[in-house]
Formats: sequence, C-alpha cells, structure tokens
Amino acid sequence: MTDWEPKIVAFLCNWCSYGGADLAGVSRLQYPANIRVIRVPCSGRVNPKFILAAFRHGADGVWVSGCHPGDCHYIEGNLYARRKFTLLNNLMEHTGIEPGRLHFSWISSAEATKFAETAREVVAAVRKAGPAQHFIKKQAEVA
Amino acid sequence: MRAYTEKIREAAKRLLSEDRVDVVIGFRKGTVALMNEPFLVKSADQVDRLYWDSNCGINLANYLPKRPDRVAIVAKGCDSRNIVVHLLENQIKREQLYILGAPCHGMIDRRRILTDLNGKEPLQVEETDGKVKLTGRDFEETLDRSEYLQENCAICIHRNPVVYDELVGDLVPEQENVDRYPDVRKVEAMIPEERWKYFDELIAPCIRCYACRNACPLCYCPTCFVDESRPQWVGKSIDRTDTRTFHFLRAYHVAGRCTDCGACERACPVGIKVRQFTKKMEKDIKELYAYEVGLSTDERPPLDTYRPGDPEAFIK
Repeated sequence: MTDWEPKIVAFLCNWCSYGGADLAGVSRLQYPANIRVIRVPCSGRVNPKFILAAFRHGADGVWVSGCHPGDCHYIEGNLYARRKFTLLNNLMEHTGIEPGRLHFSWISSAEATKFAETAREVVAAVRKAGPAQHFIKKQAEVA
Repeated sequence: MRAYTEKIREAAKRLLSEDRVDVVIGFRKGTVALMNEPFLVKSADQVDRLYWDSNCGINLANYLPKRPDRVAIVAKGCDSRNIVVHLLENQIKREQLYILGAPCHGMIDRRRILTDLNGKEPLQVEETDGKVKLTGRDFEETLDRSEYLQENCAICIHRNPVVYDELVGDLVPEQENVDRYPDVRKVEAMIPEERWKYFDELIAPCIRCYACRNACPLCYCPTCFVDESRPQWVGKSIDRTDTRTFHFLRAYHVAGRCTDCGACERACPVGIKVRQFTKKMEKDIKELYAYEVGLSTDERPPLDTYRPGDPEAFIK
C-alpha cells in the first residue's frame, strides 16, 4: 500500500483547540489534511469509549486537544481530563498500542502555529506507526 | 476459623433479635466443596447456617449498593475497602451499616487445588491451622494453606478491615515488604508487539459471560457499557477485537476504585487473569497520585479530583 494515508480523528475542545484550528485556517497555515475534526464541548467530555470507537472504526491515530490547564471554559474540566488521559494513555501502551497512535495536546485559540505544528507532528508520528490493524475486525474468510 | 464462625453467628443473632439490623450478609457452606456462597439472613433462627472458612473469597460489598434497609455485613480487608468505595460513591450510608470485620488470613484458590488434585473431587474440606484437609470418595489429602492462596491474597497488604463496628477475630499482622507488581513490570519491559500478543493470549479463552463484571462490587451502573446498544461502544461477539475492547474498558472503568479483591478472577469460568489489566491501573495511580483505594472516606477518588501539578509529560 504505497498510497496509504493515515486517518486521524481529532477531538478538539470547542473553546480552545477548535478555535486554534479555525485560526490556523484563517491564517492560511499549511498542515496535512489527514485530520478529521470532531468538536467536543470540553476535553473532559472525551470518553475513552470514543477513542476506542475511533480505532475500531478504522482510525490510525487519535488526537485529543483542549485548553491549557487553568484556562478551561468550565474551570476544571481539562484538569480532570488530564488524569483520565494519563491513565488511558498508560493502559493503552501497556496493552500493546504503539506509542505513536494516541496524542494529547493543550492548544489555545490563539495558538494557530502550535496547532499546525502539532498537526504535522501527529500526522508524522501516525504515518510512522503505519496502518492500525489492532482494533479492526477481521472479516470471516468465505471460500 | 471455627472461632470466626461462632462469633459471626453470635453477632448475627444478637443484631437480628435486638432489631438493630434487618439483614445480615455473610456466607454459608456451599453445595460444592471449596465454594462458600453468600447468604442473607433475615431472621434469628437461621443464623446457624452462617459459616466462615478460607473459601469466602466472594466480595460481599457487591450486595450493598442502593439497599434501603439496615444491613450487617461480614467484611474482610478487601470487602471493607469496597464498602468505603461505596460510601464515597453514595451507594449506601454508613448509618445503615453494621460492619462485622473479619481480619483475613487470605482466601484459598480453589482452581489451583483442583488442578493439583488431578481430577479427584474433594467432597469435604476441613481447616486446621495452616492446613487444609480435603476428603473425597477414596482419598484424603492435606495441603499447606499458604501455598494455595489466591494470587491477590498472597500479595495483600490490607488484610485487616479498614472500617468496622465489631471484630469477629483478633487483628492479624499485615504482610510487609510485599512486591505487589512483579507481573506488571514484566509486561512493561516488553516491546509493544509482545505486549499486544501477551494480552491477546491472555483473553483468548474469554466467552464474554460477564461473570467478572457481575462478581465485581464496583459494577452497579444501571446500564452497563456492554449492554448499551445505541450507541454501541463495545461489540458483543467473541471476536478478538470485541473481547479486547470489553476487557480494556472494564479495567478502565474500575480505575481508582478497584481494591484488587480478586472477585473477578475468582469468578472467571475459564480462568483468565483479568487482574493483569486492573493492576496496571492500580500501580499507576499509586505512583502518580499516591492514592490507595478504599482506605479513607475523607479523600476523594483519584479520578474525581486533581492537583495543579499533576504529571503531563505526554501532553504536547
């Protein structure tokens, strides 16, 4: 598969990272088009189920991004999220998901350059990890 | 162990006849050897069926959530920690509870005994200090109790109940200098592919019966994530992917709440070491947030709180 392009699902918080993505667009910053954005109210809204569901439906990588700690629109949503993600990330890696598939970041709505940069980083890391096979159901072989 | 049984019966009788509680939750002798079953006593004339020995591994805290009545419950170290979790999660009120603390010497792993008996079926079990005497149709065998402890009991560091109203035996010395995580470290040392394979093989026999969930005192959600169908987060087949998703989410769901009581592993009909998932969470929480589950009702569970300087090295 030489023409394989990574598919990445990005959960972006409405108040910061989504705004950052918007600003990156308005500022005409270039970054790879491998990202599918899902807007969430807060990074604290992202349930591990979502992340697994993304992988199960064929995502090669997942990227979750929210406001910087202390800047949460809901005061503390991302601080809870930080603990959740730490454990999730550790358990994912512990059970055998390659480290390059799951990404987290804090990006404010003014950090368009950081958004574009992180997007490039995430895409490069997922591209290096290759197509994700682990969570894809194998089709039954019918003779 | 006799002494415990006597004490439990005596306390149950007293509590029921004085109308201090409506029900006593304890164990009675199972119909199969090495398997005691939970028993709810509601009248004083039934207390003589209560029983205690080293086959009371089931976690009785499982029977507490949302009970409206006054309950007396026999609690080992792990049960009592799960009671604390229930108190923190508002599943029951402390005023409703009368906790009969049972300092625990560790519970027996029935599966290992049966393996070593090599097909012979024990019909009767008797315990005398440190020894387990098994009697079957035409054999008799005496085994060392300490060699057949459940894996989580062998590395337990909270054998004494953390909350109780009354003890049914003397407090036991806690095990010290226990290495709780050799197996987790073994997996951590592997490369990702090996780890994936390790867990794949671990859960390969899973038949998705959800016994681990049902035995777990933490699993009281009105609708379990595995039963949700719109949206359906977890596939319901025994396809490897679906099984993996189930075990992964189950482990994550009990993060910061699991007391490593071993009920899940004990309940598994195909002997999957499901604690391999939860122990990693337990280790991380201890290392990152210095939290041990179920020791105090004053501290919020780790995922229900935060500190400004929580580790975040992996976040860009």
